[in-house]
Amino acid sequence: MMKIDKDKLIIGAAGPVLALVTSFVLTVLVLLATGLDPIEPIRLMIENAGYSDVQVLIVNYTAILYLAALAVSIGFRMNLFNIGVEGQYRLAAMVSALVGAAVDLPGPLHILVIVLVAVATGALWAGIAGILKTTRGVSEVVSTIMLNAITTSLVAWLILPKNFGVQPAGSNDLTTGQIPESGWFPGIDMGEGGQIYGFTFVALALGVVYWFVINRTRFGFDLRATGESESAAQASGVDAKKMIITAMLISGGLAGLAGMPILLGESHTYSLAFPVGVGFTAITVALLGRNHPVGILFAALLFAFLEKASSSLDIAGYPKEITQIMQGIIVIAVVVSYELVRRYGLRRQQQKVGEELAAGGAIKTDKEVTA
Amino acid sequence: MGIASAALALSATACGKSSNDTGSSSSSSSASGALKAAIAYDIGGRGDQSFNDAAYAGLKKAEDELGVKGAEAEPSQGESDADKVARLTSLARAGNNPVIGVGFSYAPAIEKVAKSFPKTTFGLIDDTSKTGPNIANLVFNEEQGSYLAGVAAAKASKTGTVGFIGGVEVPLIKKFEAGFTQGVKDTNPKAKVLTQYLTQPPNFDGFSKPDLGKAAAEGQLDKGADVIYAAAGLAGAGAIEATATAGKWAIGVDSDQYKQAGLAAYKDHILTSVTKDVSGSVYNVIKSVKDGKPQTGEIRYGLATNGVGLADSNPAYTKMTDLIAAVDKAKKEIVDGKITVKTAP
Repeated sequence: MMKIDKDKLIIGAAGPVLALVTSFVLTVLVLLATGLDPIEPIRLMIENAGYSDVQVLIVNYTAILYLAALAVSIGFRMNLFNIGVEGQYRLAAMVSALVGAAVDLPGPLHILVIVLVAVATGALWAGIAGILKTTRGVSEVVSTIMLNAITTSLVAWLILPKNFGVQPAGSNDLTTGQIPESGWFPGIDMGEGGQIYGFTFVALALGVVYWFVINRTRFGFDLRATGESESAAQASGVDAKKMIITAMLISGGLAGLAGMPILLGESHTYSLAFPVGVGFTAITVALLGRNHPVGILFAALLFAFLEKASSSLDIAGYPKEITQIMQGIIVIAVVVSYELVRRYGLRRQQQKVGEELAAGGAIKTDKEVTA
Repeated sequence: MGIASAALALSATACGKSSNDTGSSSSSSSASGALKAAIAYDIGGRGDQSFNDAAYAGLKKAEDELGVKGAEAEPSQGESDADKVARLTSLARAGNNPVIGVGFSYAPAIEKVAKSFPKTTFGLIDDTSKTGPNIANLVFNEEQGSYLAGVAAAKASKTGTVGFIGGVEVPLIKKFEAGFTQGVKDTNPKAKVLTQYLTQPPNFDGFSKPDLGKAAAEGQLDKGADVIYAAAGLAGAGAIEATATAGKWAIGVDSDQYKQAGLAAYKDHILTSVTKDVSGSVYNVIKSVKDGKPQTGEIRYGLATNGVGLADSNPAYTKMTDLIAAVDKAKKEIVDGKITVKTAP
């Protein structure tokens, strides 16, 4: 048993490592081709990551990416490609910010209401794609992309001052109004470094819950089974349609939570400057992390590091776009290397079985020796 | 997990030091040597041929004429206020004074950082909602310049239909729309104004993709518009191209687009441009710090101070005496306070 697990682990890690090394080498080549020192920007990024304020930014961004990537990965586990995490995240943040600013409740209750509204909004929005898929056979890829576009228009309309938006005097920004202090999630003060959002710990806890649900519950088993083979799962009594809708609802709910660290910990309002693009970055993070809660955590940390440690590169005279090049290459490299590793693993497995068959009855004693 | 994350794990042990610690020795502006000024760009960064480039032009002018050492910083996609705070802090700590945030999205960050650096002047473009003793709020009466464009458009139009194309549907661009529409209606109450926005936030393609501007302009031309005013940054170039190709009048924005090299092929059809002196405002705030009298509070650039206005470099425009007379009259009335231009449609 031990031996098989180790093999699995090596093969599991080989994909991401191969992807990262490839992207690193290619980025260095790009820097060389543009006539820049290839090592200095990377050294600067590592140096930046040593500063406490950059570390706080990295930790906070990791939490946001982590939540969004969990949302993506629960879909992946079911063979569902929820590209709509971005839209679900934005709409949920906007609607929950509106509700949060409109109600005034005692502390924890206020936060709970905001969070629940965010989960419900995200789930509802993703649920539309789920229903379209189960009743009309619409691919969730197409419907979630379209829902993203609809989100943009819907949020733009909702935030108009004549509807629900507020334009502070003298500002060119549009907001949803300020959430009263009872709806602020307390963070951890890091002195000069800033504040770590309290919601970061909720994100980590959700990672544990995610692991437990996927690996230790009947529901998780059904989910993975449906993802492996819908027809096989159906034959063994799993209601595939129900699974699709449930998975989309959970995915959307998690996507809705991705906006909470910033909304509850920093901005306390949804404005035109609210961060966008989280849902798309999360797709890469989930891929890189192989849909495993621990893998995703490392992937989110890596992406947060790339993003935040590079943000001051331009002040030092280096293009910070190298981060985007790196991330872009990682996406391609991940897909390629996973396929390579998968084929290699398959061949290795076949070889092993062949060897075992050839060795005949000797396998048993052999195995006992190595174990 | 790869080299980068291994490095991260290594460096994570070296915490406790803030990036702000570096260079704090030269934080005061009175330090010897050249004055250092910094601008932090809005989304799009340098090379947007619009807002950010105008800010850079102001910094460049200060470098050339005042001997100032300039620094620039660009935002990342999808960043939050915390990232902006970190950027402005590192610029201020590096001894830059003034530090200028280009665009209203810097307002919350500047409010925080300005308190930590009371001796540094912070310029904040397009926002007066956050104020402080060391914050200079650089704002423009875009609606006044746009009103004059509306007067010119109504006078130049033969069909009685004119078009307005806004890049992204944000309050700032609505000021352009409000002024333009009012100017048209005050001049010719029967005129029709077609209004279209290219994209809605957070999709800022409407400021950067000329094909969007072109398609919108073609649509308005089909509906009979013969003067089109595009307040859409780089996307406006597409609108100018379509309008000029159809032989109609285009009105440019931000800088005098008649003089822009990229639009030379269409310049005969660029009637005028609504100018917004972002570069001048950046230059002025740097100069004020150098002169030891840093600007503070609301610094308004309107028609009266030529902070906004209409360009007159197209000879065809200056020949339209009737139009010029109407524009000059409107300008005088706005400056005298006889006409109040709305800031929202």
